[in-house]
This record gives sequence, structure tokens and C-alpha cells, in this order.
Amino acid sequence: MLAAVGTARADLEITVTGGDVGALPIAIVPFAQTAEVQLDLARVVENDLVRSGRFRALPRGDMLQKPVTPAAVDAGTWRAQGIDNVVVGQVVQSEAGYFARFFLVDSVSGRQILGFDIPARSLDQLRYVAHQIADLIYEKLLGLPGYFNTKIAYVSASGLGYQRSFQLIVADADGENPRVVATSREPLMSPAWSPDRKQLAYVGYERGRSAIYLHTLASGEVKRLISERGINGSPAFSPDGRYLALTLSFESNPDIYILDLRSGTRRRITDHYGIDTEPAWSPDGSKLVFTSDRGGQPQIYEVAAEGGDPRRVTFEGRQNLRASYSPDGRRLALVNYDGGRYRIGLLDLVAGDLRILSDGRLDESPSFAPGGAVVIYATQGAGGAELATVSVDGRVRQSLRQASGDVREPAWSPLIR
Amino acid sequence: MKSKYWLPAAISLTLLLGACGSTKERRDGVGVDDAATRTSEPYTDVIAPAPMGDAGYDAAAAAERSLTTNVVYFDFDESVIKPEYQNVVDAYARYLTANPTAKVRLEGHADERGTREYNIGLGERRGNAVESALRAKGVSGQQLSVISYGEERPAEAGHNEAAWAKNRRVQIVRQ
Repeated sequence: MLAAVGTARADLEITVTGGDVGALPIAIVPFAQTAEVQLDLARVVENDLVRSGRFRALPRGDMLQKPVTPAAVDAGTWRAQGIDNVVVGQVVQSEAGYFARFFLVDSVSGRQILGFDIPARSLDQLRYVAHQIADLIYEKLLGLPGYFNTKIAYVSASGLGYQRSFQLIVADADGENPRVVATSREPLMSPAWSPDRKQLAYVGYERGRSAIYLHTLASGEVKRLISERGINGSPAFSPDGRYLALTLSFESNPDIYILDLRSGTRRRITDHYGIDTEPAWSPDGSKLVFTSDRGGQPQIYEVAAEGGDPRRVTFEGRQNLRASYSPDGRRLALVNYDGGRYRIGLLDLVAGDLRILSDGRLDESPSFAPGGAVVIYATQGAGGAELATVSVDGRVRQSLRQASGDVREPAWSPLIR
Repeated sequence: MKSKYWLPAAISLTLLLGACGSTKERRDGVGVDDAATRTSEPYTDVIAPAPMGDAGYDAAAAAERSLTTNVVYFDFDESVIKPEYQNVVDAYARYLTANPTAKVRLEGHADERGTREYNIGLGERRGNAVESALRAKGVSGQQLSVISYGEERPAEAGHNEAAWAKNRRVQIVRQ
């Protein structure tokens, strides 16, 4: 039974479009492991790396040898297949539980360039061990921090009318191991991670009012931060965790505010009769982007975090909404509406060009993974709304495993370094 | 030939010494402490659910929401009350002016197109439009409250204009 589930889970399809330009060829040989280890560690590692868009994996059927140790890697064989890097490994039982021993071999030089024993206290930790292996390989070969041992928070809704219910869920970054952290018959919206990854801010409804809540994940404690008349929405932590940007409408109509989480004082950043909402911080905390329909249709504007005159930054497409900065601050992921479809776009703030990354009709809620290699978003799948990732070159897309119900509003946890 | 492959325990130490700049920053202690085996600490943060409970859930209001005579529908991205729904506004204006202690909540909704928080703004704008229309008919502001659910509470499932038209609405719910 468990094995069947494991097999089904391995079938998640990764869609690769537009060739393999820029992707590093790698072979991840199936690990030697006993039957009681049902998780296919090498497959988890492979999916992590391929989903990033930075790697292209040799299909298992094309492997001419399946070595377990680096000494058994015949570099010439792999080199002849155009594979620069080979990963081999095994899962070994120990007194403390298990450990995975893996090696990364450079098939050009024939040298081992990475080797680790990574312990797991129990079988269910092996999935995290596999993500850790992917992190180590990613960092070694690209010089960028791996981001596979992170989490995503998202909202799932099901039912209509009386039956409608909402769940706030935290899952592994590949969609596995979903855990419900809050349930309500009223909407739950807009989860946002604190930079230390210990808290989630989100929007809920209680007694006919909306409110922004702060949920401490370790304890389950939930604090109501703010519940003004009207809209209490779009929470976004500043990069230093001290402030929360948000949308409030109690003074007139939706405008952007910044709440000081220590003192509780708040500052109004925009003051316009249009809808101003969906604030997001620049990585250095000096600026905010937000959505505003002050020009007629919703477009993205940028404003200094101290306030001032907003500057419109999107001009292509009928509408642009819900932008967020890439980790280097140079690009925005956003929702672009061309009059027919809502798709995920990537705007280069320096060059000014907009590239469409997704191919759905009602795609929404884009945000960058830590490191900025991929963007996660919500899209309409065959069985309802689902989450997907797309590499920033638009080449590699994958749907994520999800629980039942329509899922939306994914938020990627920060990387703690 | 074998000499170029280290044993894992030795490798770890070599990595630690050779690349301490990159490894010592790792949050999970990979290459930081014990050189013999690395401890992978993937993401063991405890994740505890919030206490269950829907103190704010109003079953009577939920029943009102299933009515069809208390709904004003809108065009895409619009908050203008169309003439065919003026009779709904008039009926509630008569009810509220005749019953000064009665209160209604104006629940604004949007279709699924556009982003969720923007649609919260749009839903509120529609609720405000109905509020203004009622006040123009002499209803006291004390009797009215506006809340926006954006696209979170669709009346109809489906991803087509027929469903969207049913979802762009204000529902008038007696308190």
C-alpha cells in the first residue's frame, strides 16, 4: 500500500520546454538501498535539481552503468554521453538509524568533488536527507545556496456556500508532507512568512470583520494584530522583520500602510482614491511595490518605504498585479493580463522588458523561491486550482503535489543561513 | 587509482577545512561541528496548528446568503449599480427606513479574475456603492456595514462568464 503511494508520487510530471540551453547535464544514479527504504532518494534529488531549471538529468534508462561508489564510476562512459557530473550513493543502516552516503564525481576530471554521510534518525527523515543532498550539489556546482529544504505555505478551499471551508497549509517545498495549521469556515488569505521563518501572518475573518493574524508555528499561538473597519489585507514582512506592510481601508479606501511590529504604531504610505494594495518589499527594505488602479486599470507602482510619490513601473499589458521582487532586487514577478489571460510575468526593472513565464488562463500569486531560480504560482489544473513552479527562464515547469481542494496563494519560506 | 577517492569521514574534514567560508555559514551545521558525520537538519521546526474554532461563524447570516432576492450583480471590474437591480436596493431601503433598529451587512464579492487582494478592494467598492445607494434613499449609516470577501466566496463554481456573472455581486444580509 505504501509502496503504491510512493510510486504514484514519483509520477509528478516535469514539463521542460525550449531546449536545455544553460542547464548542467547531470546523472543521478539510483542509490543502493534496502527494500524497507521505500523512498527513491535519487529521484527526490533529481526532481529538486531539474525543477530549478539549472540542471538536465540523464534518464535512468540511458544509464550504461549504475555505480554505487565513486571508484566504480567509469568517467569516460559518462563523458561520452555528455554528462559532466555523476551522483552515486547508498542508504546504510546504522545504530542511530540510517545514513545516506553520497558522492559527486566530475566525469571530466574523473575526480570526486563532494562526499557526505548524512544521518537520518528514522525512515521518514530520509526525504529531508535527499533535499539536503540536492542542496549540497546545487551549492557545489552553482555556487548558490540550495533552497530545497524549505517550506511553502498556501491556502486550500473546498465546497460552496454552507460547505465552504478554508485551510492554511504548510508543506515541504516540493509539495510533500502537507500539514494543516489553521482551519476556518471563513476565508483565510495571503499567508506571509516572517524572515526568521518562525511566524506566518495571514488574513482571516471573524464576526463579520477581516483581521490580520500572526501565527507562531512552533506553539500554534495566534495573535490578532489588526482588525480595523473595512479591509485588513496583504500582510508583508519587511526584510528585517520589524515592520509589516499591509492594506487598510478604514480611513477612506484601500491604501498601503506600514505597521511597526514592536511599537504597534503605523504609518500611511499611500493616499489615493484608487485601490492601492498588495505591497511587497524590496530586498534591502528601502522600497515597496504595490498594485494600484489609480491610472484606470490596475498596474504596478513603486514607492519609497518612507512614502513619497509612487512611480509606475509596468506599461505592457492591460493589467499588471501583485508584484514581488527577486532576491537581487532587479526583477519583479507579477500577474500580467493581456485582455484574455492572466499569466505570470517577469519584469526586468533595469532593461524594462517583460517576459511571460506561464501558460495558464488564470495564473496568480507568483513569488520567488529563495535564491530566485524559480517562481511558484497558482494555476488552474485539470482537477482544480493547483500550485506550480516555473524556472525564471520559463523553461521548466512543474505542478506540485497537493491535498484535495482548490489551492492558492503559495508563499515560499525564507532560507535560514 | 583508488587514492583519489576519500572516505566520507575524511572528506568531511577536508571540505570543512578547505571550504570553511562556504560551509560554516550553513544553517544546519553541515561541515561546522563534528567532522566525522554531518548532521543534516533539514527543517525540523515544529509546526503546530492554531486552535480550532469558528467563533465568528454566523449560521443565520449563512442562511441569508442562500437567498436570491437580496443580490445586486455587477459588470466586470465595475461597481456601478445597474438599473435592473434598483428594485433590490429600493426594497431594502423601504425595509430599513421602516425598521430603524434593523441592520444589514453588505457583502461585496468579485469573480475569480484578477488577484485576490485586488478583488478584496473591488468587492469593497461594490459594497460601498450599495451603501451609498441605500443612504441616498434615507437609510442611516448606523444600519449599514460593508465587508468584502473578494473572490473567496463564489456563488457559482466554474471558470466561465456565466459563473463569473453570478459571482460579481453584493449580498445584502440582515443582522
